[in-house]
Amino acid sequence: MKIVVCIKQISDPEYFPQITLDPETGSIQRDKVPAILNPLDENALEEGLRIKEKFSGTLTVVTMGPPGAREVLDWALALGADEAVLLSDRAFAGADTLATAYTLAEYMRKMVEPDIILCGNQTEDGATGQVAPQIAELLNIPHVTSVSEVSYVDESTLIAKQNIEYGGYLKVKVKLPALLAVVKDINEVRDITAEGIMNASDKEFKTLGAADLEVDPGCVGNNGSPTSVIGTFKQEIDRQKEILTGTPQEIANKVLQKIHDANIL
Amino acid sequence: MSNNNNIWVWIEQRNGKLMDVSLQTLGKGIELAKHLAGKVSAVLIGDNIEGMAKEIICYGADNVYLVADPGLKLYQSRAYTRIISELITMHKPDILLMGASNIGIDLAPAVAARVKTGLTAHCSDLQIETIDNKPQLVATIPGFSGGMIVKIVWNEIKPWMATVSSGVAEKPDFDETRQGAVVKVDYEAKDEDLQIQTVEMVEREPASMPVEGAAIVVSGGKGIKTNEEFKLIKDLAEVLGAALGGTRPARDAEWITTDNLIGSSGKTISPKLFISIGASGAAHYTCGFMKAKYIIAIDKDPSAPIFDMCDLGIQADLNEIVPCLIEQLKSS
Repeated sequence: MKIVVCIKQISDPEYFPQITLDPETGSIQRDKVPAILNPLDENALEEGLRIKEKFSGTLTVVTMGPPGAREVLDWALALGADEAVLLSDRAFAGADTLATAYTLAEYMRKMVEPDIILCGNQTEDGATGQVAPQIAELLNIPHVTSVSEVSYVDESTLIAKQNIEYGGYLKVKVKLPALLAVVKDINEVRDITAEGIMNASDKEFKTLGAADLEVDPGCVGNNGSPTSVIGTFKQEIDRQKEILTGTPQEIANKVLQKIHDANIL
Repeated sequence: MSNNNNIWVWIEQRNGKLMDVSLQTLGKGIELAKHLAGKVSAVLIGDNIEGMAKEIICYGADNVYLVADPGLKLYQSRAYTRIISELITMHKPDILLMGASNIGIDLAPAVAARVKTGLTAHCSDLQIETIDNKPQLVATIPGFSGGMIVKIVWNEIKPWMATVSSGVAEKPDFDETRQGAVVKVDYEAKDEDLQIQTVEMVEREPASMPVEGAAIVVSGGKGIKTNEEFKLIKDLAEVLGAALGGTRPARDAEWITTDNLIGSSGKTISPKLFISIGASGAAHYTCGFMKAKYIIAIDKDPSAPIFDMCDLGIQADLNEIVPCLIEQLKSS
């Protein structure tokens, strides 16, 4: 079975309040903000490893990003991925979800033809959750998002539990090839081992650009993005911004008084 | 004639009931249509849904494209994607909105990819602005740093698509005298539709008070580190009769469920009183409660951006202040 896991390096959410946006271009300025692997992508890789263990096959891990994104691919190789691919090119910069999905889908269509694709349900930075279903659609294969459980009828059919509101769910029967976007509940992520790290350096790693993928230049990066940022603005916040001081008892007293005076309750 | 005047809203139904977030999204569609002197059409897919089509007209749609078939009773992702995409190709709407339910955010990206158009998620607002002398749909999303917003536009490819989160817009008034057209659309299953089949849907009721619609909401952030601290927050909510919400770190720590997540990827709410505890105030969180009538913020860090966005700020350890608040509320 050919398994592809899509992962993404993101800015550490702990540091989100320190991220600023360029007032001219609207692009994100994240210097000095540490980068981490998107948390749900760990679950996607874990699920990929389990499928490989169950049916055998090869597991390719792929990301689109700047050269520094290699870090998260090395981590995936150490955990057990067989090969890693970094899609990196200046032409890919400024991509919205459609252009990102197009680039990843073109790589898979031309180089892998996967049986199953796994993604984290959403990233913690953009959090749109759009790229995964869009990859599937561009490959003309089915997808299931918010997957919290998978069982296999046979090697080409699976049943996915798709979470909906308030703990409800859909049971979805899917024929492979297909894409699953997973949530945290799907599995417990394994630990990295020293042996895994040692083995990782012998595994295949490649970087592919726009020319390697023979992509349509009008479909990638900023050019291929039907949505764009026109600017960033300071929100007008009309609040009283009164800071209370005193002992905890005094403060609690004042809070109750304020709530009473403001006639809220 | 303006060329931006056909606004579509996909209305989700589950087990014969219209989803609230879809009706709120219809409300946003009606508001945009007023600015553009346009028409609002709904797309409704399911089985035995004609009564619901009339209901949608009473809520303000000018017409409803109705696609009914026993095979469409439950959400079928490929079939629904194909149906909506084919309707788009045939009728060329200018704007298409979908409520950001779990199913809506599964469906919308697939439709956008199939018709190769732009889609924005989690907008805190959608409005029409005049850009280069043309009416243009503008989506507002929260920036990263506190108090910043980012504006997004679409290029010339139509329809301009957006998912609209719960609470961003208001459900329109119901007027049972309203008239509109129901346009029946035939459906015939194709092999590709059957590559994926929803075989069962299990719906659950909220296990705790939902944050949407609650008069008071107490919300916790990553400043809550222990079970004891979380219990304090919960006790405060209980004594106030408040719903309990939180930030992504609170959700990740499983203090709250995703259903009570506040912010751009969760709920947008407008309670009378919002109390934020142990959250510094990242924009993707604060955008979820900026419409609250009164905001109280409690956080240890005096430089936290949340103190620029509240009515009343308490720069203290929650372990000291929250027990006092609970005690005084109990005795008052």
